Formats: sequence, structure tokens, C-alpha cells
Amino acid sequence: MMRARVAYAGAIHEARPEPAASLPARRSLDDGTLRLDDGRVVSARDVVWLPPFRVGTIIALGLNYADHAKELAFNAQEEPLVFLKGPGTLLGHRGVTRRPADVKFMHYECELAVVIGRPAKEVSRSQALEHVAGYCIANDYAVRDYLENWYRPNLRVKNRDGATVLGPWLVDAANIADPGSLGLRTFVNDKLTQQGNTRDLIYDIPYLVEYLSSFMTLVPGDVILTGTPEGVINVMAGDVVACEIDGLGRLTNTIAADVEFGR
Amino acid sequence: MSAGADFSSIPFGVAPYRLSGVVYGALLNHRSALAQIGDAANHPPYKAPPVAPVLYIKPRNTLALSGDVVRIPVGTTELEVGACLGLVIGRRACRVAQAGALDYVAGYLIVADVSVPHESFHRPSIRFKARDGYCPLGPAVIARTAVASPDALNIRTYVDGALVQAANTVDLIRSASKLLADVTEFMTLSPGDVLALGAAAPAPRVRSGQTLAVEIDGLGRLSNPYLMAAA
Repeated sequence: MMRARVAYAGAIHEARPEPAASLPARRSLDDGTLRLDDGRVVSARDVVWLPPFRVGTIIALGLNYADHAKELAFNAQEEPLVFLKGPGTLLGHRGVTRRPADVKFMHYECELAVVIGRPAKEVSRSQALEHVAGYCIANDYAVRDYLENWYRPNLRVKNRDGATVLGPWLVDAANIADPGSLGLRTFVNDKLTQQGNTRDLIYDIPYLVEYLSSFMTLVPGDVILTGTPEGVINVMAGDVVACEIDGLGRLTNTIAADVEFGR
Repeated sequence: MSAGADFSSIPFGVAPYRLSGVVYGALLNHRSALAQIGDAANHPPYKAPPVAPVLYIKPRNTLALSGDVVRIPVGTTELEVGACLGLVIGRRACRVAQAGALDYVAGYLIVADVSVPHESFHRPSIRFKARDGYCPLGPAVIARTAVASPDALNIRTYVDGALVQAANTVDLIRSASKLLADVTEFMTLSPGDVLALGAAAPAPRVRSGQTLAVEIDGLGRLSNPYLMAAA
């Protein structure tokens, strides 16, 4: 099952593709139709997409693909490189992300997001996937100009308003046969710029659940952004960035200039 | 089951009446904390002193109430505690100007930022700061109107009743209003979010069997026992 959270005609709804399961194959969701929880069938064009679940703690992985680590000239790690993000950064499908005028390098990061469905405390890797509710696509932007060497990656780089796009759907874990072999692709203005596969994760999902739950209890709604492969490039105002993951659909958003935000 | 404390039990008599569970904190925002690093700030891996606020997040599993036991992990003999004044946001704060920034504050509370001691500020593992129960806060949110100024409050830390640190918010590098302005320039804070303003250095340490308490003028006393985790 796949579900979205959308705003429509003055309220927030859960929405499913209509007819069921017709949308994942489509390149563009905007041509599709949604069935809302109250029975209405509406055009996907007419809703505002929100992150597809109530998001708790946002846990993100840095440099979890060997090729991307190489791209950023990083050496081997002793343990997963984990950082946290706050809820103010979240954005839904088709949202708008601001690019500050003074920066030279702002990039997307297409990532598999793992959503926790059952409390997880000291869970072993063999049990880990039982605690996963489902998956969605994340696009976790970074503004590298603001990188400082204090508690990296610092929040001004990675925790900006509108810089964590999630969605469009939360897809049940039962619908994803193997989260460890999903292709990821990013397109900037329809041109393929990033490609990878979750089989190349340095720390795979069972390991991450085991590692994290060894010191922090994960609860439903917590989400792990598992990192991005190589192929991050600078994006400019006006660019349309689309992240795809096999079986999870296509997450699109637009980059906007300061002026649109009254700056 | 939920991870973290039931923060709805923290008395909070003004809107929004309840914490959101989101806690941000600033590091190296007390003169003594930056001074402790000294000239090392100019050398690798840091290469330069911080420009933007150095921020961290205490996720919801870390939240704890006064009186809750803080567990010291096996293999660690002591923890360190950053005693901080916490601002509780009252209304959505986005691109707030420093003048008038405190209008966005509903109240104040004590935040104890517990960490497994670690040397480096470069890229520390979150397992030092994000462990279950590592952010006791409270005992109550005191309304902003009941506190004359957040910029001249004594913060006293006690271990088993003995004073181990005396600090004052007058020594913060970024005051409450300045930090709010600089943080909300790029990240919006929401009602019930907490922003901890930063602790003095060196951070007091606490061992198994001891109780650490923090007092801030007018905000009461936050007290927690520390015990070794079961092996």
C-alpha cells in the first residue's frame, strides 16, 4: 500500500493513488488521480503534498555510499556518520526550496528514507526490518558554502527551512521486496545527474537500525535518511529536481531565488 | 510506548502550554567554552573559529524530567553536563529581528545537556549526546513575563550538593535575542521548541551514584541521579 498526506479544500487528508497502484509506473504524478480518505477522487494537480507521515526524529547518514565518500575526499569511517535534523526543514512533494543568492554550491541528495513502525531498542540486525513501517524518497539538500568544521555537518548547511523534501508516498515495507537493491536516480530539469543503488550502502538498513537502537530508542515516525550516492551537482533558482527510487515513485521540487522569499 | 519523557507533565502555564519535544542547543556560546578551546580553534580540524552558531539537536528520546535517572553506559566512568538556560518558543519564529526577538519566547526552563565526554568538536558521533534520557529539562516552564531578563541569570551546578560550577548568562557570546535572530535566519522555530543557549566550560562531570542539580535564578532546580547502566 502507498499513501500520501495532502492538503485539499481546507483540510489535511490521507490519499491513495486511484485506481490503486496505478501511479508508480507513471513518470509524472501530476497527471494522476488521488482518492482521499473521505471518498473524494481528485486530480493530483489540485492538492498540496505534505510529507507522507507524521515525522518524528530525523536521522541522516553522511557519506554512506563509497563512491560519494570518494567524491568528497573522505577516508574510511570507524562508525556510521550520523547527524540529526529538525522538523522545520521538512517539505512535501512539489515544494519549493530557497537557494541563497550568495552561495556557489547547493546540491540535492537523493536518499532512501526508512520509516520506523515499531519501537526499536537494542534490536539486532536480524530483527531490524521488523521495525520498519515503510519507505519513501528523501531529497536532503546541502549548502556547502556554509560548511564549518564544528559539529559537522553544521545546521546552517543541512538543517535549513525547506531543505528536506520527503514523499510523495509512504510505501509499506511489505511492498518492497528488497530495500537493499533499489535504484536511485536524480534528474535536474529532466537530465539524469545522479544514479546509484542501495546495494552500495556502506552501512545497510539492518545495520543502521541495530547501531542506532543500541543507544537511542527509535519510535514510530522516526526516519532514517540512508545517505546519497555520487553525482551531486549545484542547482540554481528555477531548476526542477526530481528524485526517483524504484518502487517509491518520483519526488519533485523546485529551487527558488531569494527574491521569491522577500529577501 | 514512547521514547523520552512525558513532557506534557512539565508545568507550562502560558501558550502553547506544552513542549513540542524538539530541542536545539548552541555550543561554544559561553565565553569560557570558546576560551577552553583557545588557539586550537585556528588549527585543523577546525581551521577557524566558528562563524555561525554551533548548533546541535537533542532528539525526543533524550528528553527526561527532573528526578529521572540518567544512565552511564558500560565502559564509561563519568558523564559531562552542560547546564543551560533554555528558551521555549511561543510562536512561529522565522527570520526574527534581534530587536523584539524575545516576543517570540513563551518562557524559560533549565536544560541539562548530558554527554559522554568527547574531545573533538569536529564531527562527534551522536552516540555521545543522543542517548535515551540525555536531556533532562524542567522542572517547569516559567513565563517570560516572570523573568526580568534572560541575559543576567545565574546558573549554578551542584554534584551531591556541592557547588561545582557557577556561571551567568551575561557571559554568553550570543545573547538570547541575538541567537534567536541568527538561528531563525535559516531555520524556523515552532511553538514549544526549546533552544538551549549554551553552557560554560569546563563542563561538570558526574559519576555513578551521584546526583547532579542545576539551578537558574527564578527557574527552580533540575535534579537527576546518575547510575551505571546494567551490563
